[in-house]
Amino acid sequence: MQPEPEIQTELGHDEFIKGTSLWRDAWRRLLKNKLAVFGLVVVILITLASITGPTIIKRTFGFTPDYIPTGDMKLVRSFPPFKGPDGEFSWTHPMGTDNAGRDQLARVLQGGQISLFVGVIATLVSLIIGVSYGAISGYVGGRVDNLMMRIVDVLYSLPYVILVIVLLSMFRSQTPRGQLILLFVALGSVSWLTMARIVRGQVLSLKNQEFVLAARATGVSAPRIIFRHLVPNTLGPVIVYATLTIPQIMLTEAFLSFLGLGVQAPLASWGSLAADGIQNIAIFPWQLIFPGVTMALTLFSLNFLGDGLRDALDPQMRTI
Amino acid sequence: MILLEVKDLRTYFETDDGLVKAVDGISFQLQRGETLGIVGESGSGKSVTNLSILRLVPDPPGKIAGGEVIFNGQDILLLPSDAVRKIRGRRIAMIFQDPMTSLNPFMKISRQLMEMTQLHLGHTKAQAYEHAVKMLETVGIPDARTRADSYPHEFSGGMRQRVMIAMALSCEPELLIADEPTTALDVTIQAQILELIKKLKQETGTSVILITHDLGIVAGMTDHVIVMYAGKIFEQAKTKELFARPGNPYTKGLLRSVPDPTAEQGKLYQIPGLPPDVAHLKPGCPFAERCERAEEICRREFPPFVELTPDHHSLCHFANEVYGG
Repeated sequence: MQPEPEIQTELGHDEFIKGTSLWRDAWRRLLKNKLAVFGLVVVILITLASITGPTIIKRTFGFTPDYIPTGDMKLVRSFPPFKGPDGEFSWTHPMGTDNAGRDQLARVLQGGQISLFVGVIATLVSLIIGVSYGAISGYVGGRVDNLMMRIVDVLYSLPYVILVIVLLSMFRSQTPRGQLILLFVALGSVSWLTMARIVRGQVLSLKNQEFVLAARATGVSAPRIIFRHLVPNTLGPVIVYATLTIPQIMLTEAFLSFLGLGVQAPLASWGSLAADGIQNIAIFPWQLIFPGVTMALTLFSLNFLGDGLRDALDPQMRTI
Repeated sequence: MILLEVKDLRTYFETDDGLVKAVDGISFQLQRGETLGIVGESGSGKSVTNLSILRLVPDPPGKIAGGEVIFNGQDILLLPSDAVRKIRGRRIAMIFQDPMTSLNPFMKISRQLMEMTQLHLGHTKAQAYEHAVKMLETVGIPDARTRADSYPHEFSGGMRQRVMIAMALSCEPELLIADEPTTALDVTIQAQILELIKKLKQETGTSVILITHDLGIVAGMTDHVIVMYAGKIFEQAKTKELFARPGNPYTKGLLRSVPDPTAEQGKLYQIPGLPPDVAHLKPGCPFAERCERAEEICRREFPPFVELTPDHHSLCHFANEVYGG
């Protein structure tokens, strides 16, 4: 038996073994997209700042995000950025303070923790439920598929913001933490629908490919085919959609918190901070501007990143 | 000894266009260690026959409507699906037409090979890996140990088909079904792959069912041949006999359409017309419209399955005449 010569002559031996994987290709294309790189950097920076920020502030200045200075509650406590209580320049509050005298920077960073956390967790839930649901529905096909997708259609047709509002007000929890968990459940339970549809569509087109038949012909069981052969093949669109789900969910969370249904004080999210800020927009504009700008920046970046990933992972869809 | 006996197998597809009888009453036997060739045009039911043997016909729309597939004394069509899964890959393995799409693009070659033996032979990861490398060496992948961890797209078509063969043979199956294993490959690689199948067959004593539409491959590789047309067996004979004395006008036509390298002059013969629409078959012989030998009776009555010799059968009203000369 002759080894195939064309491989060894055209490509050197080392080169052949390295190859370029799909992921490496995608990564290279992503790095070429300036907007996406900007998004990636901003997302990483904001995430890092949100995670470490409150601790650093506590170490440097000695207060926590929910620290309210003691003293006369009737005095004005909201200072502009970089201004101390006496109007002099100070590094203590780079974003000023809110109505109660709490440091805005610490509040925004802590709010970022919760906003990002809500986005990521709800997206993870949507990944787990949506991917399994869609993959099973698509692979099994026939009547089961029909039934499973009609369920999704029904859930889709419910106005989900109202659903979430009803859910949140019906089970209104006494503790802020309980409310937060409720928010996760509410957002997660509606966020998986589109994911299920996307994955089902992918699986429908993949399951007729010969490698699935080959896997079946070698005696691989159905669950194994679904989760080890098919799901990894849908990863591209799933990743793209997941990155685009995060900002979407964060926006919904902000919206709910803005209405006072989401995160409760003393916990804060960007939405609830903006809600607090908007009441004093004429006198203390920084109370709205900082959380608002941070959130907008993050959402923009996540969307840029998502778009960039889509272009990188699916070169055929690229428009010039 | 009979390894596989297919009796009156019928596989139908329900389509919007009506019931398509893709396989309609196929019967044949396969002895241990023997190679059986199945030839026919596209859509004649060759592949569906073999998918039916392993119950891999997509359902819906396909359905095995009747018949028996007796493998080692057991009717596969009656077994619970768990038991069928243990036969697939372990005792009956398959190689598919297009090596470019029959490997999972997201899994390393080694992992795809390992899956087989871990599943069927209870290998541990390390054992399975060693076995995978050994199999890759057997099918002639150079430098198998380093290449094992490549992804399918790093392999050429011929190498991928070798990987498929390695995969199919890694549990030493009793029957190997090769569904047009060389159609997607170029001619030099074709020869290599066929040599490989031949060599491995001799070493392991596996029986082989070779599906193809290349009569040259059939002549060189098989002991028996089945000629299929419109879901039916048109002719069934020992390979030598079929080539020397075909008993069916369709087979004759097929043999005449093979280019003859010694005769440089003249036009290549071609069977006139197209294969029939299997969903709307007329009552007579499905080949009647295209047949040179056809007479009135062919369009009216379905032909009988004539026994020319105990080993040679032909589906034709005039089988004896055609066979006689």
